[in-house]
Amino acid sequence: MKDNYSVVIFYSTSAAIRAESLAQKANLKIKLIPIPRHLSSDCGICLQFNNEDKQSIKEILKKNKIEYENIYKI
Amino acid sequence: MIYFDNAATSYPKPKEVGQAMMYFLEKVGATPGRSGHRLSIEAGRILYQARESLAELFNVDDPLRIIFTLNVTEALNLALKGLLRPGDQVITSSMEHNSVMRPLRELEKKGVEVKVVSCSPKGFLEPQDIEKSIRKNTRLIVLNHGSNVIGTLLPIIEVGKIARKYNILFLVDTAQTAGCYSLDIRKDNIDLLAFTGHKALYGPPGTGGLIIGERVDTKKLTPLKEGGTGSHSEFEEQPDFLPDIYESGTPNIVGLNGLKEGVRFVLAEGVDKIHQHEKNLIIRLIERLKEIPEVTLYGGDYRKEQVAVVSFNLKDKWPSEVGMRLDEEYDIMCRVGLHCSPATHKTIGTFPRGTVRFSMSWFNTLKEVDQAIMAIREIAKSV
Repeated sequence: MKDNYSVVIFYSTSAAIRAESLAQKANLKIKLIPIPRHLSSDCGICLQFNNEDKQSIKEILKKNKIEYENIYKI
Repeated sequence: MIYFDNAATSYPKPKEVGQAMMYFLEKVGATPGRSGHRLSIEAGRILYQARESLAELFNVDDPLRIIFTLNVTEALNLALKGLLRPGDQVITSSMEHNSVMRPLRELEKKGVEVKVVSCSPKGFLEPQDIEKSIRKNTRLIVLNHGSNVIGTLLPIIEVGKIARKYNILFLVDTAQTAGCYSLDIRKDNIDLLAFTGHKALYGPPGTGGLIIGERVDTKKLTPLKEGGTGSHSEFEEQPDFLPDIYESGTPNIVGLNGLKEGVRFVLAEGVDKIHQHEKNLIIRLIERLKEIPEVTLYGGDYRKEQVAVVSFNLKDKWPSEVGMRLDEEYDIMCRVGLHCSPATHKTIGTFPRGTVRFSMSWFNTLKEVDQAIMAIREIAKSV
């Protein structure tokens, strides 16, 4: 079932935690996880979400002007 | 014991403040923003929640525009030294604390023009006097919101409008008002809001911050310090995004978890309710002080809005003597002397003698005011 998920990689942990807080308020099922090794050499965290919520997540990021590096399917 | 020194540091604190600090030390412990494990993430959440509660209090859209510092002094230093360059002019008032005056005098030596606009002996400022001082090279206006010596308020909304009109940035020192007086970074036309955590926000010492408004170009506000941020670790240059650009090194997360609870306490009680209580205290205190013939009171008409701070002197008594007797004979803690603000004392005519200052918080009562008045009466009458 792993291919049902994607992650957003941010430029900072603060942005990841802000996105988590906003997504939680929108009742989306999300989780902060360490960035998968194959996506980045950084030791930071990223936001995991269900693929079906991709639009909602993108809207939250856009509306709150949260910049992010990229979104990857995992 | 009566504690009337809340303008220096508020005491006591809501019990949740200490509990949150202990909780962090015992249950979380880790550094926020550095590692991917769950304790580090939890620390990051705490830091974010502290920003979120402050964002609610000051009506800030993006909590990541709130930069944490050691105190309001560091926040003011960051804003002043980060923005002002040789050849720039900065306008301020004659009622500023040394946390503004000293950095400005230092910048003056490096070629920044410092224009100090005079306030009246009662501590009031005419906004037009600020407008008249604006020059082509005026880059910043900096004002305190509430005086730490006499509790009077400066007209920040009006001055903020003037700053917008001339496209100048406006920095406000809210040390005495954040938490006990309604503040809205947008409605009040503030571009940079410096606050401290340990006064009316009821957090511990070692907490404070600077809120960076939307009009501020962070490329023109250089950091006070550079260092590790947990982000962009592959680069040796400082990251350029908020809040990391201005927050290097491990933060005072223990204190900030306490501050978060202090701010939540203020939000739960309500700023207006806190303000009304403190207004009741200060009105009673000033009315009773006026009845004592030996008392000279400083500052404006208390019926106008002001914070719960008052300065006075007793005939033929040194402030230091009054302060010592209040402490030793009456168990009343207050501050005497110059209150880190020689400019204010020159403005109100109490330099270099200083004053006796009473400053109150949400936790003080009318009964305490009456007890303090009895003590002042006795000291005034004694030889």
